Amino acid sequence: MNESQRQAYGETLVKLGSDRRIVVLDADLSSSTHTIMFQRAYPDRFFNMGIQEQNMVGVAAGLAMSGKIPFASSFAVFVVGRAYDVIRQSIAYTNANVKIVATHGGITVGEDGATHQMLEDLGIMCGLPNFRVIAPADAQETRRVIENIAYVDGPFYVRLSREKVPTILVDEVFDIGKGIVIREGDDITLISTGIVLSRVIEAAETLAKNGISASVIHMPTLKPIDKDIIVKYAIRTGRIITVEEHTVFNGLGSRVAEVLSENHPTRLSRIGINDVFGESGPGWELLEKYGISAKNISEKAISMVRS
Amino acid sequence: MNIEIRDLMLRANEIRRLAIDMIYNAQSGHPGGSLSSADILSALYFKVLRVDPKNPLWEERDRFVLSKGHASAAYYAALALRGFFPLEDLKTFRKIGSMLQGHPTIHVPGVDMTTGSLGQGFSNSLGMALSAKIDKKDYLVYVLLGDGECNEGIVWEAALSAAHNNLDNIIAILDRNMYQLDGATEKILSLEPLQDKFRAFGWNVFNVDGHNIEEILNAIDMAKRRNGKPNMIIARTIKGKGVSFMENTHEFHGKAPNKEQYERAIKELDEIEHKIKGADPNE
Ligand SMILES: Cc1ncc(C[n+]2csc(CCOP(=O)(O)OP(=O)(O)O)c2C)c(N)n1
Repeated sequence: MNESQRQAYGETLVKLGSDRRIVVLDADLSSSTHTIMFQRAYPDRFFNMGIQEQNMVGVAAGLAMSGKIPFASSFAVFVVGRAYDVIRQSIAYTNANVKIVATHGGITVGEDGATHQMLEDLGIMCGLPNFRVIAPADAQETRRVIENIAYVDGPFYVRLSREKVPTILVDEVFDIGKGIVIREGDDITLISTGIVLSRVIEAAETLAKNGISASVIHMPTLKPIDKDIIVKYAIRTGRIITVEEHTVFNGLGSRVAEVLSENHPTRLSRIGINDVFGESGPGWELLEKYGISAKNISEKAISMVRS
Repeated sequence: MNIEIRDLMLRANEIRRLAIDMIYNAQSGHPGGSLSSADILSALYFKVLRVDPKNPLWEERDRFVLSKGHASAAYYAALALRGFFPLEDLKTFRKIGSMLQGHPTIHVPGVDMTTGSLGQGFSNSLGMALSAKIDKKDYLVYVLLGDGECNEGIVWEAALSAAHNNLDNIIAILDRNMYQLDGATEKILSLEPLQDKFRAFGWNVFNVDGHNIEEILNAIDMAKRRNGKPNMIIARTIKGKGVSFMENTHEFHGKAPNKEQYERAIKELDEIEHKIKGADPNE
């Protein structure tokens, strides 16, 4: 079953809305981010700021300073890109209780093209002290993430996708900073974040048919990263591949590389966008074209295991 | 109506029809703001702009920046009709490997600036105007803005800066169609009194009916007089102009028509063409 993370976000906001501290802001994309659902339910605590990402984020900081729990949303490329300095100074430095939930992360944004495909947000946001950074795999996990972070003090960045994604995590518990073991295997470990999990599981199935048993770990939290699980599976399988819908710099692959080289140097291969901008086209097809595919993952794994 | 204006109106209608074709074909894109800007683009590309399709990077050319980059379908249609690249290419709009990306890029012949993130194109146009001043060149810089786009801080930073630098070689046109993505501009973030704001910021302001090509051309002529101030032409338009069910709504801001809607849209635009030509559509 395919479900929309954005829809799940909107529904969860409505659920949380009975708490009067919850305030939602958007920058003229409420019909795309689905914060419009909150607007319909709680119009007095919803603010469509217009196309003003910087102001939106600055206002969110002020709301947080006044005891509110603001959720601010737009496309990842605009809320992180346009508003970065405001996020840094007004939210990260002050440790303000602002939840930035960005939709339209990654290349699966599709036809709008490179201007709208945010491929570096996870790295940018992980660079900010106090921020915790989360990329849920599906709609079900999105619900649990939003409910969870609403009541954990401090700033969060959550990245959601535009495309509907296969539902995988039906009742796995979400704990901030904890990786989730999806599948156990001894030959290699595949670690991913965000919506590419379905591709990784498909790759693991292909590998099984080829006599290779792969562990699959979903890493919803990029920061703080789950060091223990990375080291544990590095020791167990001796080979790791990371997969993310993000530039290979500064995202999951880089974070895993840091953990490994400081704690347990291990053979690693990173799959992601290789330092290029995206382009227009259907989202899932772009993911394939840019190598974030089950085929590419399984081929890399086979060559790593056999070499 | 003189022949020239009639011709420009037919061109505008052709831009609309091609834009709807492209968006339908890609099943993605922005019909509303493409249709509202078609008459402006027709006036620019078929009368006003000093450009040479055979030499798109000609140094003396007038510059044009589509700051509201999401109107790319209408923009590409105008460029193709003007001869910058084959009309055939329009079929590849928003497809993998296409030159015609979802938002304009400088890799397309005739496109002077890559846009899509609202507000930036306006600043970029200031840089081009400053460069003309440095080099003592007489080309003009045209830039097309959306009204929702004017929510962005950078638009007002650019407005201050253009006036401060006496950039009277800028002719900005504001597609005042009264709608942005989520709804009516005055409901989401009121802009009015918009002309007073630009005047207070030090701009010449001209108000025109953005679907009346004669008025657009007259305003551009006045703006060309160059009195030391940058120029803002506020063009009152209708979002979705030309396709009845796309008019005056944000519903088709960023949504492609389905088959039935597409056929209806093309039929309506065909009827408009007949009307402009003065022919009886039932003939
Ligand atoms: C910085 C930025 N924020 C958000 C968007 C998403 N977006 C694309 S078009 C649009 C609405 C634009 O409204 P307007 O300028 O009035 O355009 P028009 O009605 O002429 O199509 C929005 C919010 C964007 N492209 N850039």
